[in-house]
Amino acid sequence: MDVQTWTYIIVGFTFAIYIGIAIWSRAGSTKEFYVAGGGVSPLANGMATAADWMSAASFISMAGLVSFMGYDGTVYLMGWTGGYVLLALLLAPYLRKFGKFTVPDFIGDRYYSNLARTVAVVCALFVSFTYVAGQMRGVGIVFARFLEVDINTGVVIGMCIVLIYAVLGGMKGITYTQVAQYCVLIFAYMVPAIFISLIMTGNPIPQLGFGSELSDGTYLLDKLDGLHQELGFAAYTTGKKTMIDLTFITAALMVGTAGLPHVIVRFFTVPRVKDARISAGYALIFIAILYTTAPAIAAFARTNFISTVHNKEYSSLPEWFSNWETTGLIKFDDKNNDGIVTYGADANTNELTIDPDIMVLANPEIARLPNWVIALVAAGGLAAALSTAAGLLLVISTSIAHDLIKKQIAPGLTDKNQLWFARGAALLAVIVAGYFGINPPGFVAAVVALAFGLAAASFFPAIIMGIFYKRMNKEGAIAGMIAGLSITLFYMMRYKLGWIGGPTTPADWWFGISPEGFGTAGMFVNFAVSLVVSRFTPAPPEDVQEMVESIRYPRGAGGATHS
Amino acid sequence: MEDKWHKQYWQRNLRYLSILLIIWFLSSFGFGIFFVDTLNTVRLGGFKLGFWFAQQGSIYIFVVLIFLYVRWMNKLDKKYDVDEK
Repeated sequence: MDVQTWTYIIVGFTFAIYIGIAIWSRAGSTKEFYVAGGGVSPLANGMATAADWMSAASFISMAGLVSFMGYDGTVYLMGWTGGYVLLALLLAPYLRKFGKFTVPDFIGDRYYSNLARTVAVVCALFVSFTYVAGQMRGVGIVFARFLEVDINTGVVIGMCIVLIYAVLGGMKGITYTQVAQYCVLIFAYMVPAIFISLIMTGNPIPQLGFGSELSDGTYLLDKLDGLHQELGFAAYTTGKKTMIDLTFITAALMVGTAGLPHVIVRFFTVPRVKDARISAGYALIFIAILYTTAPAIAAFARTNFISTVHNKEYSSLPEWFSNWETTGLIKFDDKNNDGIVTYGADANTNELTIDPDIMVLANPEIARLPNWVIALVAAGGLAAALSTAAGLLLVISTSIAHDLIKKQIAPGLTDKNQLWFARGAALLAVIVAGYFGINPPGFVAAVVALAFGLAAASFFPAIIMGIFYKRMNKEGAIAGMIAGLSITLFYMMRYKLGWIGGPTTPADWWFGISPEGFGTAGMFVNFAVSLVVSRFTPAPPEDVQEMVESIRYPRGAGGATHS
Repeated sequence: MEDKWHKQYWQRNLRYLSILLIIWFLSSFGFGIFFVDTLNTVRLGGFKLGFWFAQQGSIYIFVVLIFLYVRWMNKLDKKYDVDEK
């Protein structure tokens, strides 16, 4: 059977499962809609968190990025896993004990202020919308490449699927579909990785094959370092970013992960405090399976790619090359007209332009794996994008229905009416996200990476101090969030988007910190401003201090409530 | 009495947190970034050690840290009688 038939079968089958689960797990109350009734087992929650967390970027783009960046790609690997340690140790158990529905709930109650709540809602909406637009786009691209439909049709199909289970099932539906989606995506990621590792190194475990010998007796990584130097690139295992930049980017991604509302909210769905702790552990195991495989795929793909195309005659290249050429993701420009592909770091002689995104998608073709494996990768990419999109849409609808309407505009709303508002908000969010997926503003791709910086500079310090520093008051927290967010936004607009003061070069960066890493600096600013302002303003009221005291001890954690 | 008991529990918790976070910091930022060149002179099979910590080792250590914390805290909760019934 050809790839397209296989893709229709496998993608159709997985979609049928998602919809079946959604119908089976409809939400009947706001509690089920917002936090799945608070009765999700820690193992299921770990899996759902992993699927929620691993987006189209993790599945499709990350290995490709690492493949091109070599050691520098470490920022993504450590940055997007290390945050779970912070979550498990510093946030999840206490927020679970606090026992409300959302992050703005915590900020609003802890800092006894609707202004703080509103700042938190705005941050949550901003982070979630930028992120979700990228997911819908990812869905469109996978559809376009593997099912040969128009990208826009792909986005619309994706919207309909998410709509069915997010609007119908709320958090409950999303949780159980995410469990299924995790299984699909991890299977789709591992199968080609194991195949390729076996073919190249004879070791079926990619994490080990990565450090093994190739059939010619040299170690894979040594061979790759050699190839890189031959072509004029920095050695694969050393990279070229400065130490301070690596540190700041890694820290911004870690802290940003711990501050992302759609990740935090997953820990409100388990029954007990100890379940919140352990489910962060399960989540990280499930994530680590993919994240330790990604650098192996990156190295395999890079070696394979260079040895397949460099110094080869253009007319003799395999079929996948021309397939991807037609999508525009690979471009060949025969500068010296010798009919031979020259690849290298020197812009004057290099004849190839490659989009890193194709590394995971084209990998099975490059390694000549069977057609069903290629179809499986398409289904995996869709699972990754849809699961993340659903989680984000839920945060958006909860922020609007719960944090804005119920808590601030219409406190007298009945549970049943609020549920309708939540569904309406989810519907609206899907449409807006779909619109951005079809008409992506040019800056979306740039902003998704920056969403982490913004989360790091705004939420993380406010939550940490809310738990660990009783004396922190509303004046300090609000001033800190605003200061951290503004300086980070300013830096990004100035040095990344070029909206303020015209074009810039990396030489202009403060202390050599790239915009991607500036969230770490924003976080320090937030902490500093909060601490200083709180010294000069009155301590928080007695009942708030008691609340902080009570979230430190697990006993007495009931289910999450919205009272 | 109860206050003192609670205070002690919290101090213990903070101590666990600092130990684990120091390891967290060392294994990622320390071994993976600050000392990567030094560690790269040592080899672990086909890997340079610093590179291995950056792209593999640190992630394994993260997982272990969380499970260690869960274990310690479950014991501590019982000992100080603040666990959930």
